[in-house]
Amino acid sequence: MRALVSTMRAELVGAGGVVERNAYLTKRYIWWDLAWFIWTVANTLTIVFIAKGVEASGVEFDVDRYMTYLLIGAVVWAYLGILFEFLMETVAWERWEGTIEYTFMAPLSRAMHLAGQGVFAIMYGLLRAIFLFAVCAFLFFDLSMPDAQFFPAFVVLVVASISFIGIGMMMSVLPLISPEKGTQLGFVAQGTLLVVSGVYYPVSVLPEWMQWLATISPATYSLDGIREAILEGQGLSAMWDEIWPLLIIGVVSIPLGLWVFSRGEKYAKRHGKLKRSG
Amino acid sequence: MTEVQEVVPLEAARRRLPPAVEVRELRKEFRRRDRKRGRFGRRMRAALDGVSFTIDRGETVAILGQNGSGKSTLVRVLSTLLLPDGGSAQIFGHDVVSEARPVRRLVNRVSVEASFFKKMSSAENLGYASRYYGMTARQTRDLIPEILGRVGFPPDRRDEPMENLSRGMQQKVALARALLTSPVVLLLDEPTTGLDPRSKLEVQEFIREIRADHDSTILLCTHDLDEAETLAERVGILDRGRLLALEPADDLKRRYGSRTLEEAFFAATGREFEAEEDDEDDDREVFA
Repeated sequence: MRALVSTMRAELVGAGGVVERNAYLTKRYIWWDLAWFIWTVANTLTIVFIAKGVEASGVEFDVDRYMTYLLIGAVVWAYLGILFEFLMETVAWERWEGTIEYTFMAPLSRAMHLAGQGVFAIMYGLLRAIFLFAVCAFLFFDLSMPDAQFFPAFVVLVVASISFIGIGMMMSVLPLISPEKGTQLGFVAQGTLLVVSGVYYPVSVLPEWMQWLATISPATYSLDGIREAILEGQGLSAMWDEIWPLLIIGVVSIPLGLWVFSRGEKYAKRHGKLKRSG
Repeated sequence: MTEVQEVVPLEAARRRLPPAVEVRELRKEFRRRDRKRGRFGRRMRAALDGVSFTIDRGETVAILGQNGSGKSTLVRVLSTLLLPDGGSAQIFGHDVVSEARPVRRLVNRVSVEASFFKKMSSAENLGYASRYYGMTARQTRDLIPEILGRVGFPPDRRDEPMENLSRGMQQKVALARALLTSPVVLLLDEPTTGLDPRSKLEVQEFIREIRADHDSTILLCTHDLDEAETLAERVGILDRGRLLALEPADDLKRRYGSRTLEEAFFAATGREFEAEEDDEDDDREVFA
C-alpha cells in the first residue's frame, strides 16, 4: 500500500514537472505568445466581420446575435488549436530541442506525462479563450448579450476539453511516425473536427453523412452548449444534453488516445525515430 | 538449542546480486538505403550483432568504436529508448524491454549532445527534469545549486538561458542532470566529444569523482583512447556491431601484441582508429 502511494505521489510530481516545464517555456516565449495572440484576434475579427458584411448588403437580422454566434465558433476553433498545438509539441518541440530521449527514458508513465501536458494546455487555452472572447466581444464590437450565462458555457468547454485531450493524444503520435510532416497533420484533424461540428453554421445545413460525423464529435456538443448558454441564457441544469455525450466521448477518447500513443511510441522505439535526426 | 544466524559476508552478498549490466546476444538492425538495388532499394544492416557482456556493480567499462560501430545504439537499448530485435539486456536483473520502468529508475545518461530547452536556464532545466523522477521542488531547492557547484558551474549563471552557455558548460549541466537522480548505472555516450581541452579535462575529472564518491556503475562509450584507458577498468572494442574484446587495457594490448591502445584497436579491427566510414550516417534509417 505504501509503495502504491509512493508511486502515485511520484507520478503526480512528474505530471507537475510537465506543467512546470510548460510554464517556464511560456514565460521565456511570452512575447511570441503575445504576437500569436494578436494574430488570433485578427483572425477572429475577420470571421466576426462577416456578420457586419451581410448587414451592409441590406439583409435584416439580429446582427449582435449573429456576431456572437460566429465569435463563439472562432473562439472554440482557437481553443482547440491551442490544445492540439500543446499536445503535438509533446513530441515535436522536444525532438527539435533534443530533449525527447531524456523525457522518454524518465520513469514517468506516459499517461501522467500526457496528462501533465493536457492540464497545462487546458489552463493556458482557457485563459486565452477568455481573453480572446472578451477582447473581441467587449473591446472591439461592444456586443450586447443580455441573457448570457458565462459560467455554464465555461463548464461545457472544460468538460469538452477531456475529449479534446484524448483526440489530441492520438494526434500527438503523428510527429513520432513522421518527424517532418506529422505536426501539420494535426491541423487537418482540427479542421476536420470543426467542419463537421457546426463551427460557423448549424449542423443541420450539412450533408447527411457529415451530420452523422457531427454526432460523434465533441466539438458539436461544446459549440451547442456554449451557444445555448450565451445566446439563449440557458443554465447549467439545461446543459445535461450536451454534457453527457461529452463525458462518454471523453471516457472513450482518453484510453484510446493513450493506446494510440503507446503504439506510436513502440513504433518509434523499434525504428529509432525518437532521435532528433531520426 | 541455539539458533545460529548465518552471517553473510558483504562480498558474498554482492556476488549474489545480479550484475549491474548483463547483455546477452543483443541484436538491433536498421533499414538502410541500398543504391545498388535502385532508387528505393533497402537492406537491413546490423547496428548490434550478437553483443554479449556483463558489468559488475561499481565497475567502469569503456567501449571504443568508430562512428556507426553501434555504441550509441547500445546505450539507447540500455536506456529503454530502442527496442532490440533479439537477445536480451538487463539492468540489475530487470529486462530493458519488459521491465522498462524499474530500469528507468536505475539508469541515467549523458550523450554527446547536451540536449536542453535552450531558452530555459540550467536551474529550470534541472528543476523540471528532476520532477520526472518524483523529486519535489522542496527536495531539489538546495540539491540543484549543490550539484551545479560540484560540476564547477558558476552560481551567477544559473538563471541564464542555456543558449548563452558554451558547449563545455552545457555538458557540465548535462552531467549534473544525470547525477541529480542518483542513478546506479550511468551511461556516458561520448560525453567529452567536441569539448575544448580544458572542459574535457574538467568533465573527465568529474567522472573520476563520481567513481570515487558514488557506488555508480559506468558504461563509457568514447572515441577517446586515453579517456578509455585512464577512466575504465575494462575496455571493449565494438566494430560494426560486434564486440571484439572486453578486458583491462593492459590485457588488450598484450593480447594484440601492441604498445598502445590505438595499435590494439588497429590489430583487432584491421582499420585505423580515426578512419571514418563516410557512407554510414547519411544512408541509415537512424543515426546511432
